[in-house]
Amino acid sequence: MQKLMLLGDEAIAQGAIDAGLSGIYAYPGTPSTEITEYVQASKEARESGVHSEWSANEKTAMESALGMAYAGKRAMVCMKHVGLNVAADPFMNTAITGINGGLIVTVADDPSMHSSQNEQDSRFYGKFAHIPVLEPSNQQEAYEMVFYAFELSEKFKVPVMLRITTRLAHSRAGIVTMEKRPQNELKLPNDLKQFILLPAIARVRYNQLLNTQGSFAEASEDSGYNRLTEGRDHSLGIVACGLGYNYYMENARRYGLDYPVLKITQYPLPEKKIRKLADSVEKMMVIEEGYPFVEEMLRGFFNAPFIVNGRLDGHLPRVGELNPNVVAKALGKKEAYGADVPELVANRPPALCKGCSHADVYLAMNEAMEQYGKGRVFSDIGCYTLGALPPYNSINSCVDMGASVTMAKGAADAGLVPAVAVIGDSTFTHSGITGLLDAVIANSPVTVIISDNSTTGMTGGQTSAATGRLEKICTGIGVDPDHVLTLIPLKKNHQENVDIMARELEYQGVSVIIAQRECIQTAARKRKMAKAEH
Amino acid sequence: MKSDIILSGVGGQGILSIAAAIGLAAVENGLQLKQAEVHGMSQRGGAVQSHLRLSDREISSDLIPLGSADLIISVEPMESLRYLPFLSPDGWLVTNSTPFVNIPDYPDAEAVVDEVKKTGNHIIIDADEIAREAGSVRSSNMVILGAASKYIGIPEEKLTSGIRAVFSRKGDEIVQLNIRAFLAGKENAAKYLAGSTV
Repeated sequence: MQKLMLLGDEAIAQGAIDAGLSGIYAYPGTPSTEITEYVQASKEARESGVHSEWSANEKTAMESALGMAYAGKRAMVCMKHVGLNVAADPFMNTAITGINGGLIVTVADDPSMHSSQNEQDSRFYGKFAHIPVLEPSNQQEAYEMVFYAFELSEKFKVPVMLRITTRLAHSRAGIVTMEKRPQNELKLPNDLKQFILLPAIARVRYNQLLNTQGSFAEASEDSGYNRLTEGRDHSLGIVACGLGYNYYMENARRYGLDYPVLKITQYPLPEKKIRKLADSVEKMMVIEEGYPFVEEMLRGFFNAPFIVNGRLDGHLPRVGELNPNVVAKALGKKEAYGADVPELVANRPPALCKGCSHADVYLAMNEAMEQYGKGRVFSDIGCYTLGALPPYNSINSCVDMGASVTMAKGAADAGLVPAVAVIGDSTFTHSGITGLLDAVIANSPVTVIISDNSTTGMTGGQTSAATGRLEKICTGIGVDPDHVLTLIPLKKNHQENVDIMARELEYQGVSVIIAQRECIQTAARKRKMAKAEH
Repeated sequence: MKSDIILSGVGGQGILSIAAAIGLAAVENGLQLKQAEVHGMSQRGGAVQSHLRLSDREISSDLIPLGSADLIISVEPMESLRYLPFLSPDGWLVTNSTPFVNIPDYPDAEAVVDEVKKTGNHIIIDADEIAREAGSVRSSNMVILGAASKYIGIPEEKLTSGIRAVFSRKGDEIVQLNIRAFLAGKENAAKYLAGSTV
């Protein structure tokens, strides 16, 4: 037994290492990044040969993890909630193929959109794919549930989703570790046709998945993680999911509440336990982080014969993450509040670092674009999205990974010429290449600026699959080499860079400008590490 | 024992090192701990905060309820004011007086200091200057930790051994520098309360 102080993300990583993981696959995304980083930094994982390189995107990560599970081993794939959209195709089909070893899909949702473009709730995806979902309420549970998730996955031969949210991912607590399990041996599936989803086989597999649903439900009923705790006050029954349980308990202690509580940390929902609670109380309140997923199920289309309070009737806010105060209010407690924030306190939004290469790219681009007016620059997901804010005000879109290239193409097809895409190097290899291929094939008049800082910056400087490969990739998929230009975004090169951009904006075909200068944070970190080694 | 602490500052100012030092000290003192951090987008020069909860009993919520923090520790004066709704009426606010100006509409620095002085229990000291005297302005975060040390609920020697553990990887010189900064912060806080501000 060992006590470690770990982030929720790190607890999952340590849990995976201890539970006999053979490979972890991921693309960085807040708040999931630290899971894979922890495994990469773990001496233990390295010594036992655990694979942990970053993947090009979440789809390739999911498929690699599936391949590892095909070969009988235990694999984990990690992503942020919107990353699951990218990986949705293999994710849905992985439930149909089933697996051979063990597979955990760890998804970190970001309610309140601290670092995301939406707050979608991944539990819907779990239900969509008909697989078990685990939602730990604290760091210790997150650690232990990795063992449990692999057990479920290997027993039922399906992937299991581990769903966490920002506050668990990025909150630290003491973890007591468990006895380590060895990795699985390499083993082929018994049925070598299982993974061939030709319609005839897929139909059989899908029916098998549906036939197993009863077992998943039974596992949820029997699970010690779904715990019904009796209470003396039956005027209300609490259904608290994941982190919602902590916020309820915080208030229960503070105000001496004694309602019966059903803690939900495993799905499908344990129907019998819910019925037992419903039968013993006057009404119920659902406290859940994310969408009103459980609440909607309990209400049903025609409203259940019992009253359910939650996000849908205004007891809790419809959007955003929970906190102890909104839960207190839902429970009828007067909201405590310290002093007001003084009026002089100004907002301090995130900003590009001093000396950031993206800043020089935007300053040059703004000048080159001046004659065409506003509204023509499509951008993407990364630090450079901050170019939307003053003083740059340079970009007009940020939708999903890679969308800058394809939206610029569509706009150019519509006649908006010139149309510009600004995309980071890592985002480009994640999902920009195929879009550029579309533009090449249609010879759409777009100017793609790859702001190449040779890292995955926003998530903390992970290696970028694009580093040193951009020029070859672009010419390789057919961009005219005369229109693949590299420039160095520095103040002293400003005029030269403006001229290059202005020239390419006039070109009636696909051009790519690679603005190459390393992220100052990554460069500083590398210098520090080099210094430490000497 | 329970101690709910809001740590605040601007991304890159080292509030997570403060959290780590207190965290290690708390564990050594046999306390339970939960510490919610901010990662990702806001770290790029934006307002950052961390909720640090210590207790001798089980801690449920990772977030501190409004109106119940015992202490705000801030490495930036305007940021200290942003979290006043969390501070309990008898809580303490300990902050650096040197502003970090990276926005065009940063308020008048003196007005910010005045606003801090209007709050109840507070200590405001020039942590940047004190850190510079101790050897490096970069340890201003440890100056503020020292200034707040009386109100954390953990013995001083545990806190300094926490600091040692946090910086040990960087060599003994850095460890000593940060401990000097911590002690200078403590001393200057006492001076501030005695009325002879620096």
